[in-house]
Amino acid sequence: MFSRSLYQLQKVSRSSRLYRHDSSISSKHAVLAAFQSLLHNRPYAATPQPTVSVSSLNQTELAKFAAIADSWWDVEGPFKPLHVMNPTRLAFLRSTLCRYFGKDPFSAKPFEGLKFVDVGCGGGILSEPLARMGASVTGIDAVEKNIKIAQLHADLDPAASSIEYRCTTAENLVEEQMEFDAVIASEVIEHVADPAEFCKSLSALTVSNGATVISTINRSMRAYATAIVAAEYILHWLPKGTHEWSSFLTPEELVLTLQRASISVEEMAGFAFDPLTGQWSLTDDIGVNFIAFGTKKKSIV
Amino acid sequence: MSRLIATRRLASNLFVPRLATRTFCTDAPTKLNEVPSGSQFNKESKEDEGFMNDVPQHDIAIVGGGMVGMALACSLASMPLTKHLSIAIIDSNPALSNRPVIKKDDPPDPRVSTVTPATISLFKDIGAWEYVEQHRHAYFDKMQVWDYTGFGYTRYNARDADKDVLGCVVENKVLHKSLLSSLQNKDFNNTIYSTRLSSISLPTRSSVSSAGASVSSPSSKNLANLAKLDLSDGTSLYAKLVVGADGSKSRVRELAGIKTTGWNYSQSAVICTVEHPMENFCAWQRFLPAGPIALLPIGDNFSNIVWTMSPKDASNHKIMNEDDFVVAVNHALDSGYGPRPESRVFGGDVISSFFRPDVTSSAHERFEPPPKVVKLASDRMAFPLSLMHANQYVSKRVVLIGDAAHTVHPLAGQGVNMGYGDVSSLSNVIADGIAVGSDIGEVTLLKKYESDRKAANIAMMAVLDGFQKAYSVDFGPVNILRAAAFNGANVFAPLKKNIISYASGEFKLPFLS
Repeated sequence: MFSRSLYQLQKVSRSSRLYRHDSSISSKHAVLAAFQSLLHNRPYAATPQPTVSVSSLNQTELAKFAAIADSWWDVEGPFKPLHVMNPTRLAFLRSTLCRYFGKDPFSAKPFEGLKFVDVGCGGGILSEPLARMGASVTGIDAVEKNIKIAQLHADLDPAASSIEYRCTTAENLVEEQMEFDAVIASEVIEHVADPAEFCKSLSALTVSNGATVISTINRSMRAYATAIVAAEYILHWLPKGTHEWSSFLTPEELVLTLQRASISVEEMAGFAFDPLTGQWSLTDDIGVNFIAFGTKKKSIV
Repeated sequence: MSRLIATRRLASNLFVPRLATRTFCTDAPTKLNEVPSGSQFNKESKEDEGFMNDVPQHDIAIVGGGMVGMALACSLASMPLTKHLSIAIIDSNPALSNRPVIKKDDPPDPRVSTVTPATISLFKDIGAWEYVEQHRHAYFDKMQVWDYTGFGYTRYNARDADKDVLGCVVENKVLHKSLLSSLQNKDFNNTIYSTRLSSISLPTRSSVSSAGASVSSPSSKNLANLAKLDLSDGTSLYAKLVVGADGSKSRVRELAGIKTTGWNYSQSAVICTVEHPMENFCAWQRFLPAGPIALLPIGDNFSNIVWTMSPKDASNHKIMNEDDFVVAVNHALDSGYGPRPESRVFGGDVISSFFRPDVTSSAHERFEPPPKVVKLASDRMAFPLSLMHANQYVSKRVVLIGDAAHTVHPLAGQGVNMGYGDVSSLSNVIADGIAVGSDIGEVTLLKKYESDRKAANIAMMAVLDGFQKAYSVDFGPVNILRAAAFNGANVFAPLKKNIISYASGEFKLPFLS
């Protein structure tokens, strides 16, 4: 499957996606409005990002965060597709990272002793299971609200309360010279202004011989039909405007971008959704959703 | 992971230093003084993940330590992904706390179960089958089903389905003790609470948002998201998942507010153990006008009788004197109610030839009269029969298995096997959840168990047409497709009437009456 992607390389060339058009979407529901603003806040719009200034907490803010908190963790709410897909991407992470780091896949906490960073962690949907699997997780997100929500929810479970959540950006962490055994950016890169710079930051955060895992949506016709038209307009799984088709990356582009950042992609898989059972599964079909596992070796370029 | 009480500063700083500082919240020091410093790191036998405010926390609380509850505990203990879990078993039965001892020459208990090959392989996987084989048990590979009209009979042989045995009949107490001893022999973190469940508090939505608004200590926030079980002796415990394995009148199901569908059959079953002059290796079932009588071998010269009849007759049969009862049993099995079926030599087994174009070897077998009963070997018991199916098997942090989720008519000997199927499925689902770091009490994970088992259980409940049809659910897809047409409980009553005429050799399909 990897070689097939390379073969398709010649057919695909798209112009750069440096520009964004902000579409304003009217929304009646207050929660939805908050959601829209979360998404359209482009965290990496200007690079390098200066430190984010945050308002001080007060009681009304806390109450508002608590009200919105449910929507990240409401499995029937606007984040439902992410919740349903979560076990599938975790299965890929577990399988590839256990194999790469030589950990026992039958252990309940295979990632003990490893440091992970979840870039763009949102409400912590991916960070918490990784922490339960034993990793020392740092979750970062440039949107303050998401970090608060993630913190509130993680405190409910002792296994998850060891997660360190920070409202910051990958570039900031690079400036602090932090390094992690595995850097995971799941469903983030399609919301980023400059993917090339983003990948360089991710690479800088990875220790030598560490792992980088990125999951995103392919820029294909099928993805337009399913992830945008079906998911947003027909089935109403996601609010309209969640994704911009032009900001999706094809697997070939992602591989080349990562290669330029000294990360060599070793494995890729796709997520397929079966409407009859309502379940996602890992597959070789990278036509719509896909996830790429890469390792940082000595500079390749 | 630090177990000290701590609070986290919410990410309000631009420049959080590399090692985040942990500060104590203002009332933490007073709390620490109340709790003796030793108990937090106390690793006594009742200890598990940690004492928070002196209330034990477990991963899974299994309410009901019967055959199915213990099987779940054993199954979790035998899988590498789940054997680190801390389990609490809540059952007031004193037998659970003792070391199991069954003397081999104990008289056979009338409460027996027929375990299917699928259940036997589950027991082998969890290491509980050796004990069973050391005690009284009886494999059987032949079955004969006929009815009082004498129009036909069916002989099933395990070889028809390329198997060695159709099943094994084992006393319930042997199964239970086997699971108990297997659990005790494993190095598994489990605690038995010898008491009854009185109430459960489950987390609600409001607990999540209120945790954010209040400035309580983190320990109570942790617990607000767990299920709290209050036991009748005054103790409490917290658990991530509550498993209801407490039988058809399940308290867990009641407390979780799960409704059921079903009805009482206007029948009761009389069960007892009888003795023959020689060994019996075949299972016999004869359908009588009021209900079937089944004779199952249980080892040595003993067999178990399950005789379904109207409740009034059942109480009469329970109290009549022993000799009269033996005569009545022989009458029911052979001499009374109608003629013996004629032996049909070729192609006579209409049922099996309908579904298998090649004639099976058992179609050539002659009709055999069942062995004579000479003596009653145990007390007689009678209990009413009903069909029950819970509308849901799962709810937040609660899951039902075994009779708590479904009960069926004993005529196919399937009830406890469905429970063991639930055990197998639930332990796999829990292992899969742990593999990807899920919270095991989450409904989305537990729904996988429900969708797996509900279809199978409903199909099984619809297929009540003789032992081998029940066992051939091992070839699941065919039977499930057929039974999928019975989508509700409504068809079961007329279906039962169809089963009798269907088993007697007439050409009626079960779902076209």
